[in-house]
Amino acid sequence: MKYIKFFLVGILFGIVMSKAEIISWFRIYEMFKFQSFHMYGIIGSAVLLGMVSMYFFRKNVVKTFEGNEIHVAPKKRGLYRNLLGGTLFGLGWALAGACPGPMFVLVGKGVVSILVVIFGATLGAFLYGLFKDKIPH
Amino acid sequence: MEYITQPWAWYVAGPVIAFIMFLLFYFGERFGVSSNLETFCSIGGAGKFTDYFKIDWKQNSWNLIFVAGAIAGGFIASNWLSPSDVVALNPQTIQDLSDIGIANAGATYLPDEIFSIDTMLSVKGFFVLLIAGLMVGFGARWAGGCTSGHAIVGLSNLEIPSLISVIGFFIGGLVMTWFILPLIF
Repeated sequence: MKYIKFFLVGILFGIVMSKAEIISWFRIYEMFKFQSFHMYGIIGSAVLLGMVSMYFFRKNVVKTFEGNEIHVAPKKRGLYRNLLGGTLFGLGWALAGACPGPMFVLVGKGVVSILVVIFGATLGAFLYGLFKDKIPH
Repeated sequence: MEYITQPWAWYVAGPVIAFIMFLLFYFGERFGVSSNLETFCSIGGAGKFTDYFKIDWKQNSWNLIFVAGAIAGGFIASNWLSPSDVVALNPQTIQDLSDIGIANAGATYLPDEIFSIDTMLSVKGFFVLLIAGLMVGFGARWAGGCTSGHAIVGLSNLEIPSLISVIGFFIGGLVMTWFILPLIF
């Protein structure tokens, strides 16, 4: 039962990704062409409201439903990791027109070919695990 | 109901995504989809190849459930909440895509030139899909996060690593969109 809330949040995520057309390859292309404000408005407003959330977490105004403090662990530092990894991710994002979240939503939409992309992404994560000690971070 | 079935504006979608992030923190977890890719590897036995995947993946079960919900949400939205699949693109975008060999942009959510079954079953089409996935998966784990973990959570938390990653996302995305996509089709 403790997992059902995550399933429901996931459903909300799938619906918003679909209804706001974030799962559309064309919206991602349009974004990288700077021909629409749509995606920038979505990410920008989510981040602005996210900052407000973070402020309340830091001040301990909001705790988890179990009463624990919410600690947001910092991301790992490293110029190569973030810049090179990010750039590789961006190349894939613009080609697939989907980042990991939308890939799964597209499965629900019934897009068979996205399974090849998800297989590739899983293989990519596996290859990272294999070679991570040989690449710069 | 009309408010739900029409496409949602950015000022609806952005706050809903922020609310999803908030809920996951409130439930004691953290929004980040690409870590599931590593969980898949661990479940599939990748720990036999490298210790990196020897993790107790059950602690990530909540995230797998979240992904299952995302699939269900996609099904619900496309079957019952979307009377139309048309994406109202900028006319210039449609023209630009036509120029590089992608027809009927915006008539559906996805271009047939990449996602149709026929394309998937061609050698070139299959490798386009596979390589796109490979770059997303390898890149996301190298950078330590994807759009959710870095662009939404990380930027909200004012983290420099996330800012650098998002700059990387855009360097890669712009190079693909402006220079490589025109060569593919």
